[in-house]
Amino acid sequence: MSTLIAIVLSAVLTDNFITQQTYGICPFLGVSKKTSSALGMGVAVTVVMALATLVTYPLYVYVMKPLNFAFLEIIFFIFIIASLVQMLEKIIQKLSPSLYNSMGIYLPLITTNCAVLGVTELVIGDNFLSAIGAAGTMNIGWAVLYAFFAGLGFTLVMVIMSGLREKLNYYKMPKALAGFPVAMVTASFICMAFMVFSFI
Amino acid sequence: MNKYKKITLDGLIFQNPTFMLVLGTCPTLALIKSATSAAGMGLTVIFILTLSNIIISALRKVIPNAVRIPCYIVVIATLVTFARMVLEKFLPDLYESLGAFLTLIVVNCIILGRAEAFASKHTVAEAAVDGIANGLGFTFALTLMGIICEFLGKGSIFGLKIMNFKIEMFASSAGTFLVYGLCIAVFVYVLDGFERARRVKANKLARENLLKEGA
Repeated sequence: MSTLIAIVLSAVLTDNFITQQTYGICPFLGVSKKTSSALGMGVAVTVVMALATLVTYPLYVYVMKPLNFAFLEIIFFIFIIASLVQMLEKIIQKLSPSLYNSMGIYLPLITTNCAVLGVTELVIGDNFLSAIGAAGTMNIGWAVLYAFFAGLGFTLVMVIMSGLREKLNYYKMPKALAGFPVAMVTASFICMAFMVFSFI
Repeated sequence: MNKYKKITLDGLIFQNPTFMLVLGTCPTLALIKSATSAAGMGLTVIFILTLSNIIISALRKVIPNAVRIPCYIVVIATLVTFARMVLEKFLPDLYESLGAFLTLIVVNCIILGRAEAFASKHTVAEAAVDGIANGLGFTFALTLMGIICEFLGKGSIFGLKIMNFKIEMFASSAGTFLVYGLCIAVFVYVLDGFERARRVKANKLARENLLKEGA
């Protein structure tokens, strides 16, 4: 139980992917102009992160490591993620065209989102659980749980950021500051707010 | 020769991947906390970007258009695996400080972006120059911001203690976001200033020529 709480708190708040570890900044800055699209992107990333970990973790631990080709992890993982995203796109297109229309445009972008490759690399690291301050031994359940909640933390920050950026549209600002610079200054303030959690 | 000069200037300044195109932001924000790791990341990217540009440009007639992205990713992932092995063996300190972001060069948009936008359409020599120029632009931007952040956050530059003060915030992601944003703003402002000065000068020349013709 304590491991569960530690993983959830670490993934969502204290080691938040955007504000603490700076993974997945491209969609964070690129797709955060509207709340609805930010939420769609966040949900899509969460799903892909959990599914990718579900596939890559057992592959790495039970196949690649015993057979001594763990050094090929980068090539294998990026291929699994790319084909998973492609497959998910086709499945959603067949099962639910309305969901595809609202979420489909974000799916191809996820392959080059470093949050997905980042989480699959993080959970196979040595002493992963003790690094985030949790007890117990690592298994696939914790890995997928961490990936899922890290995705939720990502979504949380995306939605906060898009809300702030919608408000920013009402202000006039110098040409050099408009766009990315002011978005990054906003992100800096969100990071400061999240720094509070790292003192727990 | 003029062509290569334009490619170089584009990569370094006018299309600078970090300041003008805002690509490859994740490693930038994570590694500019220290100037050494920022410069190390930049040098690794120069190496990988130049080689991937050369290989992809050499193979551009062989790779079928429909599956080009997976092909590019295989080339890049192989180079990154290679770079990771070399760094782990010969530069373990740098390997430690780059951490997960060494692996994440695979999904760095600068490299895939240059492959898609430039190397797949140009000759090997042009692609090589483009790779070096863009890599240098990235390294320059990262090292500059690394020096600023490390000086403000730890009072040192490249690990050498200079002053006995520190602002904790600049050693965290909040500070790097702030420095990155303000650096983009300053860069855009300065470039705009040069552009305006150039236009004013051109207008003045044109007016003088007209006056001369009139006289």
